[in-house]
Amino acid sequence: MGLENNIWESLPDVITVKLDAVINWARKSSIWPATFGLACCAIEMMNSVSARNDLSRFGAETFRASPRQADVMIVSGRVSRKMAPVLRRIYDQMPEPKWVISMGACATSGGVFDNYAIVQGVDKIVPVDIYIPGCPPRPEMLVHAITMLQEKIMSESVKDRKDTFEEESRHSVVPGTLPVTEGTALEREIEEEVAQNKAPRPYTVPSKHERRRSS
Amino acid sequence: MGLENITEEVEFLDQPLESQMTLSMGPQHPSTHGVLRLDLRLDGELIVKAVPDIGYLHTGMEKLFEYKKYQQGIVITDRMDYLNPLGNNLAYVMAAEKLLELEIPERAQVIRVLMCELQRIASHMVWLGTHCLDIGAMSVFFFCFKEREKILNMIESASGGRLTPSYFRIGGLMMDLPAGFENRVRQFLDNFLDAMNTFETLVTGNTIWQARTKEIGIISGEDAIDYGLTGPCLRGSGVDVDLRRDNPYTGYETYDYDVCVEHDCDVWARFKVRMRECYESHKIVRQALDRLKPGPIKADAPKVVLPDRDDMRKHMDSLIHHFLIVAEGFNVPPGEVYHAIEASKGELGVYMKSNGGPKPERVHFRGPSFVNLQALPVMSEGEMVADVVAIIGSLDIVLGEIDR
Amino acid sequence: MNEFAKELKAENADWVSEVKEALGETTITVPREAIVEVCASLKTNHGFDMLADLCGADRGPEEDPRFEVNYHLFSTKHHSRLRLKVILSEDDPHVNTVSGVWKTANWHERETYDLVGVIFDNHPDLRRILLPSDFDGHALRKDYPLRGYEPYSLT
Ligand code: SF4
Repeated sequence: MGLENNIWESLPDVITVKLDAVINWARKSSIWPATFGLACCAIEMMNSVSARNDLSRFGAETFRASPRQADVMIVSGRVSRKMAPVLRRIYDQMPEPKWVISMGACATSGGVFDNYAIVQGVDKIVPVDIYIPGCPPRPEMLVHAITMLQEKIMSESVKDRKDTFEEESRHSVVPGTLPVTEGTALEREIEEEVAQNKAPRPYTVPSKHERRRSS
Repeated sequence: MGLENITEEVEFLDQPLESQMTLSMGPQHPSTHGVLRLDLRLDGELIVKAVPDIGYLHTGMEKLFEYKKYQQGIVITDRMDYLNPLGNNLAYVMAAEKLLELEIPERAQVIRVLMCELQRIASHMVWLGTHCLDIGAMSVFFFCFKEREKILNMIESASGGRLTPSYFRIGGLMMDLPAGFENRVRQFLDNFLDAMNTFETLVTGNTIWQARTKEIGIISGEDAIDYGLTGPCLRGSGVDVDLRRDNPYTGYETYDYDVCVEHDCDVWARFKVRMRECYESHKIVRQALDRLKPGPIKADAPKVVLPDRDDMRKHMDSLIHHFLIVAEGFNVPPGEVYHAIEASKGELGVYMKSNGGPKPERVHFRGPSFVNLQALPVMSEGEMVADVVAIIGSLDIVLGEIDR
Repeated sequence: MNEFAKELKAENADWVSEVKEALGETTITVPREAIVEVCASLKTNHGFDMLADLCGADRGPEEDPRFEVNYHLFSTKHHSRLRLKVILSEDDPHVNTVSGVWKTANWHERETYDLVGVIFDNHPDLRRILLPSDFDGHALRKDYPLRGYEPYSLT
């Protein structure tokens, strides 16, 4: 969505470099997170907008209920396998440019919950920009993450950010849950190759964590 | 198994009807307090049927207990009802203590009561803030979180964790209260009544608030018992049950407080019960502060309770016990217990079964939110869509506890 | 012996197969055919108007009988508690539902079915509640892997 999809291809770099600075400055000063509270970390996320750690100092206090109006998704808490397709769909519904902050040990790596129910790291489902450690991270850490994200935004170029189309979007079938989409042509190809043992399954390769089962 | 069992309830939602529509609310919805999903069948603005769909935060905690030692389980209970972690700690720890038949020293008991009541206030503050936010009063949220922040700071100073304290241990406490803690609590208590005054002015006396909450989400006393409601939801329906008084634990029977009961059976009644409970908790905390006397904070059971650091440097036995407890855990005599406490949301029960080893055979949690949520369809049918939000708020659910 | 256990036994001797008192709690083992009648009788005659909790437990695949279902009863009138226990074998993990006696049993039983795999006959709506409907197996059984998730495994 937005400018980058149509105009910038044809413009010379000199103009876009200067424009980058302006656009990035505007973007970083009003990051709107999607309201996406999952578990305990969400309470700390709520804390970070309230009295003591006023997140609005950094322009990121406007939590939007609709993903269509949001720029950054703060995955605050553990993602269960039942929730994973929903999370992916919300991510897909957010317009570009979009960023993801993985808040807490659970979202980052599964945390203490190494079992059948929890996705071991949200980066298996959506690309993550910033990881915050801690269980739960203090609100200050979330504020820090937002400022780090702002730095990251400043170093981006409008040319990098385009809506991703089918063939680029990541495959994310989480076993035990319904598939997020019906599957694009490319995904079906991969499925076939996987079925014939020609290619490894993308993003469902077991991590060390998951292979280490005790029974 | 699954498919052939899907029955009426689901089919009903799939039928196309001319004037009715199905609305799927959640799992990502700002007013569902997390990841609750509701399938609402609407006739215009009226709710014909509401079907809650839960499990979006299922964490498999009960499975984790199968390979965690008893003392390791405390950490997991923190993450269940994350608004009232000390209450969870207490329920779990007391179930284990019941199996071990431990005697807890007086000071530890008083501190437990003190911390639990502080936590109850904190939990009710989140409830009030989010309940108001859902209905449309934004500023209350900030005031509530300000009060809560003070409590969290105190809990942090005692235990080292804001949200996940793990402060209660099997056989006592993690460590004693820090210096100056009592003064901080007293200071907080002195200012807390002012804050409550603010809330009463902002919310209780507000006509819009009353219009949004009165005679909405009605559930009668008999129904409430039948659906297993507990805590403020049950007392809001006029049933006089409070486990602190009726099945007393940690010496609650010696404190002087009232059990708040309201007879209106609606959202307003549940709101009033919780508001009054804040005052009662305030009273209990004061009494507990007055009772704090120096003394041991850990039970006299060297095979179960971790020794003090100081002890470990001086005595070989303590060092060995420490090593054994950490490395191998302690054995718990076989048996089964069900221990229930009055958490901020209702009866929090722990069923614990031991087979004699260092790990429990089965730990089951009876989360109050899980049971309370089940009554949501009864409360919301016949109401407007916008009232569902008020009803969910009045149930004070926490998804971490529902899904576990 | 606990007075409720005595009264139950007096009412129908078949209803009580074992009474155990330990740690201040009473456990009555009930044959599974009788569970609904026992619960109804306890509710109407003895004041146990609330089912506080219902949970299943797996004793392990090598045990026989393997499963047990625990009913924790509570009375809002005299505030006493009672545990009923039904023991089920692995081949036939069926027990009648008590959701007709207390409505709250509905979700508890669904949860038990979901996680332990005990089947409650005549239940109005027995389907998975916490896990997705296409989940394989029952997670809280002892032979379900403690860590990881089956389809992920390489072997
Ligand atoms: S990282 Fe810790 S606090 Fe955050 S969701 Fe996970 S368990 Fe809860």
